[in-house]
Amino acid sequence: MTATPTPSHELHDLSVVSLAQALRQKQVSAVEVASHFLARSRSHAELGCFVALDEDTTLAQARAADARIANGSALPLDGIPIAHKDIFVTKDFVTTAGSRMLQGYRSPFDATVVSQLAAQGMVTLGKLNCDEFAMGSSNENSAIAPVGSSQPEAVRNPWKLDRIPGGSSGASAAAVAARLAPATTGTDTGGSIRQPAAFCGVTGIKPTYGRASRYGMVAFASSLDQAGPMARSAQDCALLLSAMCGPDLDRDSTSLDQPKEDFSLQLEQSLAGLRIGIPQEFFGEGLSADVRMAIDAALKHYEQLGARLVPISLPRTELSIPVYYIIAPAEASSNLSRFDGVKFGHRAKNYTDLTDMYKTTRAEGFGDEVKRRIMIGTYVLSHGYYDAYYLQAQKIRRMIADDFQSAFEECDLIAGPVAPTVAWKIGEKSDDPVANYLADIFTLPASLAGLPGLSLPVGFAQTEADQGLPVGMQLIGNYLQEARLLNAAHRFQQLTDFHLAKPAGF
Amino acid sequence: MAHETSSSPLVMGYEVVIGFETHAQLSTQSKIFSRASTAFGAEPNTQACAVDLALPGTLPVMNKGAVERAIAFGLAIGAHIAPISIFARKNYFYPDLPKGYQISQFEIPVVQGGSIEFFMPEVKGVAEKKSVRLVRAHLEEDAGKSLHEDFVGQTGIDLNRAGTPLLEIVTEPDMRSSTEAVAYARELHKIVTWIGICDGNMQEGSFRCDANVSVRKPGDPLGTRREIKNLNSFKFMQQAIDYEVRWQIEEIEDGRSIQQATVLFNPDSGETRAMRTKEDAADYRYFPDPDLPPLCIAPEWVQEIRAQMAELPRVMAERFVRDYGLPEYDATTLTQSKAMAAYFESTAQACTQPKLASNWIMGELSRRLNAGDIGIAAAPVQPPQLATLIARIADNTLSNNAARQVFDAVWAGEGTDIDALIEAKGLRQMNDTGALEAIVDTVLAANAKNVEEFRAGKDKAFNALVGQIMKASKGKANPQQVNDLLRSKLS
Amino acid sequence: MSLTSSDIARIANLARLALAPAESDRILIQMNDFFEIVEKMRAVDTTGVMPLAHPTAARAEIALRLREDLVSEPNQREANQRIAPAVERGLFLVPKVIE
Repeated sequence: MTATPTPSHELHDLSVVSLAQALRQKQVSAVEVASHFLARSRSHAELGCFVALDEDTTLAQARAADARIANGSALPLDGIPIAHKDIFVTKDFVTTAGSRMLQGYRSPFDATVVSQLAAQGMVTLGKLNCDEFAMGSSNENSAIAPVGSSQPEAVRNPWKLDRIPGGSSGASAAAVAARLAPATTGTDTGGSIRQPAAFCGVTGIKPTYGRASRYGMVAFASSLDQAGPMARSAQDCALLLSAMCGPDLDRDSTSLDQPKEDFSLQLEQSLAGLRIGIPQEFFGEGLSADVRMAIDAALKHYEQLGARLVPISLPRTELSIPVYYIIAPAEASSNLSRFDGVKFGHRAKNYTDLTDMYKTTRAEGFGDEVKRRIMIGTYVLSHGYYDAYYLQAQKIRRMIADDFQSAFEECDLIAGPVAPTVAWKIGEKSDDPVANYLADIFTLPASLAGLPGLSLPVGFAQTEADQGLPVGMQLIGNYLQEARLLNAAHRFQQLTDFHLAKPAGF
Repeated sequence: MAHETSSSPLVMGYEVVIGFETHAQLSTQSKIFSRASTAFGAEPNTQACAVDLALPGTLPVMNKGAVERAIAFGLAIGAHIAPISIFARKNYFYPDLPKGYQISQFEIPVVQGGSIEFFMPEVKGVAEKKSVRLVRAHLEEDAGKSLHEDFVGQTGIDLNRAGTPLLEIVTEPDMRSSTEAVAYARELHKIVTWIGICDGNMQEGSFRCDANVSVRKPGDPLGTRREIKNLNSFKFMQQAIDYEVRWQIEEIEDGRSIQQATVLFNPDSGETRAMRTKEDAADYRYFPDPDLPPLCIAPEWVQEIRAQMAELPRVMAERFVRDYGLPEYDATTLTQSKAMAAYFESTAQACTQPKLASNWIMGELSRRLNAGDIGIAAAPVQPPQLATLIARIADNTLSNNAARQVFDAVWAGEGTDIDALIEAKGLRQMNDTGALEAIVDTVLAANAKNVEEFRAGKDKAFNALVGQIMKASKGKANPQQVNDLLRSKLS
Repeated sequence: MSLTSSDIARIANLARLALAPAESDRILIQMNDFFEIVEKMRAVDTTGVMPLAHPTAARAEIALRLREDLVSEPNQREANQRIAPAVERGLFLVPKVIE
């Protein structure tokens, strides 16, 4: 089945593209739009999406947008609201990265991604909850109480409130699905944009590593972290990604020296003759019936659109789990050493000496999953284990990247599931970290290779237990092929209406 | 090579083995990974920007100036400049290390190999030439400063220095005495200041030496070493190493084994003391910094820097030997500083007596400069005067004694016109044979007794006569002429 | 290969994490679970394979970008220290460091 689209002309149902139009044609003011979404975010506090809201700041930005629109100096995305994952540092809003360690932290500067979007006229609604330091795939690992609550709470999936929204950009996906924001930012280290997008039935894209500046993103795993947009359609994502990406040569040494690109240009391009690679390893017995069914149907749609399905192999797909969970924690263990209670952030109240101050501060400031990964990362880098673990992982990482290159000799892009299942129940896996890790199997390979990956809604679960939960499909492109991915997703969304489906009650 | 030199002085029957690690602050305007200033002496933390403080979301961006200086150093010591080198993270917790790791180079440093040649201080007029092999020199960031004094029970952290570019220069354990170690350090200091990559200010910590010291019976494998940290003066360097060597030998003689340790030298007590050891200090968990791609240095860039570099002391010394026929020791001594070398060259060219010029500069001039503790640029006797002075010695106008008197006069500020001073002081050497002959005859007449004795075979008598003649000539007679004339008259 | 509680203690100390006994026990079990899935990775023959430290280096060799040696950071001490746990006379304060 496909969910019946509920056509509506309410502000929060408008796409970014149509909102931009309405604003430019002065059918609605930026202040009206901002106020409308602020009101929604408060009336739907039960989802636990926002960890920081500041009406005055938001409305001030909206007024400035209205002024520009009024005097004819409107910026491309003037007045369009956006909410940022709380992993991006901001001057005007507190930044916590979901951690007790950064409770109440105010950055003296804005992340490059944030200022780039502001420079296009976008209005910041607030900051969105996420797994602590982006470590997690369920958004159950945040230590920060959402707005309207006194203690930390799991972010809820708008499609079924007892389900997780995915992670780590869980609230970014949930907020878009629930129409609390027309667009949000997320970050993806091992699937943190694609998987929550899939679980919440929205569209999200992680660009090629180095496309979006990492300056101002609280670092988790430096060689994997990438920022990307989440919205309801590929067309909206194209618009936002174009605004977010671009070289940041003075601030980020890993930022690619690639000219700014308009990812909307190829959207309408025909898919006739497009070779879509289907990796056999993505369709093994671990894949749930619901997901398989939706993906198979989606692939048929692609054939209708003129694409050709090509069987390919990514032989080291399963290895990507240990490889990723060695490399990411190793980098994280080092990146998180700066949280020592000396220059900023949490410092323990009671300690006996310097070492005790470090240990107690970090024990109090970090949550379980973060501690676990710091422990794993510290161990695999420690004397006598480096070669067997970290170095070995970096070598297999090269093999995984090479596997993709040989695959791309036979196909133009790769399609498969984002995750083996739909969103699971809150608490279901929270005491089994390894089970969580295994669920990342389909998003990790592209992350390790630094390739762009997109997630788009392609259906809903049929089986009774998961009835109505969204299923996402992943499209992986070769380096710098974001426009191609967005084009393929957009053509699919012109043919289908999964992306228009709306969770009941929102 | 020096490290194979036979002349390893033994201390109480032990051979001393020393290796050096020197941290040279590079003379860039901005820090190695941020755009904050590196200026010394600013108010605490006013030059520590978001990147230096490791605020969440900040990232490092490499300073080209630091790489240029590393390349220049590599060229100066004949090392291999790695076309690709890697920045790695050295992980450890310390309050003056904001990120909890230091960005350094581990497996592949930018400068590899090379050596430093220098002369030991002269012993009985002989200066032994030494060569110390370098293992590597790598780029890294400096840490901040911990101030322990100002607060009770607390330490204050100033991160102005954090992120200042450092070149860590590591030698093989090639040195065999504290004297050799200091001579090496002086030579290294000379090179980095000569090529201008470091201001060399040891008081401000711009040039910090750590010495790895161990002792062994000749022929034995290397002993366990202890590292003396932060030797920031050549004087302390020698004292610290000498103390450490004696301490280690006594330990071994008392049947105790040396434990590897990091020690600090206390100039007041003159003793070294082991630092409180961090039990996990050894496990730095190095790994390539994912924030920094490999540092690539194209051969063209190296050539460019080579072309811009001033003549190196070693090269200049070779030229002095070749073009001025100086002994190697003179050439090396005269190239201690650019100023001294320039002083020598203009003097030598003006008087066309390079060896004499060298003798005067290394002798009289250096003595005066050291005594008065003044720089060569401020010397009252400048090359034009010294050159004229030397020319007058060469053309027999002045005896060495007289020349020294003239030098004194110029130094004392009595004037700068050498010839005028010679006349004023009547120091011109008497080269007129007629006048001299007259004096000789009078002296011979007045000293018949000496003449007799001489004829009887007493050579002392001859010297006595020479003395009389020199006296009669008020020291202006040319001693050689006097000799010749006297012999002919007495034969 | 299986970790022991003394490994956990050593690693926790390296990472400057104070772990309650129950916490270390839990982490010990979880880490050993995790390293079971790592064993497959260790078995892979990677002889002659260059490690990949920067993902986009798989696309084309990348080189470190160098910036000109210019100072442009103003003194931001006040803003930077507003978020510091303990500051006095412009210095960050920590418990006494014994060298």
